[in-house]
Amino acid sequence: MAKQSVLIPLCAFAILVGVLGLGFTLSDHNDLPAQRVDESMPSFSLPSLWQPESQITAAALDGEAALINVWATWCPSCIAEHAELARIHSEEGVRIVGVNYNDDPEAARAFLRKWGDPYAFHIVDAEGTLAVDLGVYGAPETFVIDSRGVIRYRHVGVVTERVFEEKLKPLLVQFQEAS
Amino acid sequence: MRVLKLLGLLVLLTVPVGQVIPAIEAQAFPNDGVKARYYDLIAEFRCPQCLNTNLAGSDAMIAQDLRKTILRLLIEGKTDAEIETYLYDRYGDFILYEPRLTPRTWLLWLGPLGLGILGLWIWLSLGWKRKRSDGNTLSEDEQRRVQRLLERP
Repeated sequence: MAKQSVLIPLCAFAILVGVLGLGFTLSDHNDLPAQRVDESMPSFSLPSLWQPESQITAAALDGEAALINVWATWCPSCIAEHAELARIHSEEGVRIVGVNYNDDPEAARAFLRKWGDPYAFHIVDAEGTLAVDLGVYGAPETFVIDSRGVIRYRHVGVVTERVFEEKLKPLLVQFQEAS
Repeated sequence: MRVLKLLGLLVLLTVPVGQVIPAIEAQAFPNDGVKARYYDLIAEFRCPQCLNTNLAGSDAMIAQDLRKTILRLLIEGKTDAEIETYLYDRYGDFILYEPRLTPRTWLLWLGPLGLGILGLWIWLSLGWKRKRSDGNTLSEDEQRRVQRLLERP
């Protein structure tokens, strides 16, 4: 009996170490709850980056599975992933829609003129209203939507070739075929 | 003298250099009621981007957007509960300092209660055991060992 009670604190300590250890190793703080997955794109009516006088609505997203990429020129990671997005568009033929988030439209246009524009079109979200409706935490974020405009996946952070091949591409294929 | 200089330096080092106060944008409030509720609400929600800073204390882009959103909803006449639901629908438990009771958060809410019950149980069972034992529980062998240990110089 005496020996058993010696083991109690030891066990308690081991359990504590185990739980905290798991908590630290398993939880990635980038793995944020994706509240909007499996819901339709929120409705919006916002100007287009290249044709500021025309408004884009959620209906423009229907018809084809696509990536919705939330980006801005003030966001270094967005600039870093630009080349990969260009590759995904040119080599994989994926439709990418930009949400230009809290950015200066002129700076955004200048950036695209200089480095190329792989996006189908850009929605200008100058006030961050669409970003809030999408539950965006910060740029860059990339959503996979199916052909009916339902959000299927959200990726927080830079889209690398590996992220695309392992996560985004299988979903794009799946939701292209499903519809 | 050198000690004094050193002390002076140490005192200087404790002087805060520019307090860290995020620049909260000026807002135009329609009335003081909305203003009071606005400041209550932005203190109540967690900024989604920065770990554990509330919306009031954060400079992050998304915190600015959410402050704007909250003000807009207040002006539209939404209640505090409606605003909470609005943000919860978009950002989930992360934005609440008191997450809602869902299967995902059972452990969080009920864990302390469980630990309390476990502690009470251990405490009671120990007390019960002590009461049952009649004080002298050492065998003769152990008694001799204790004696030997005590007498050791």
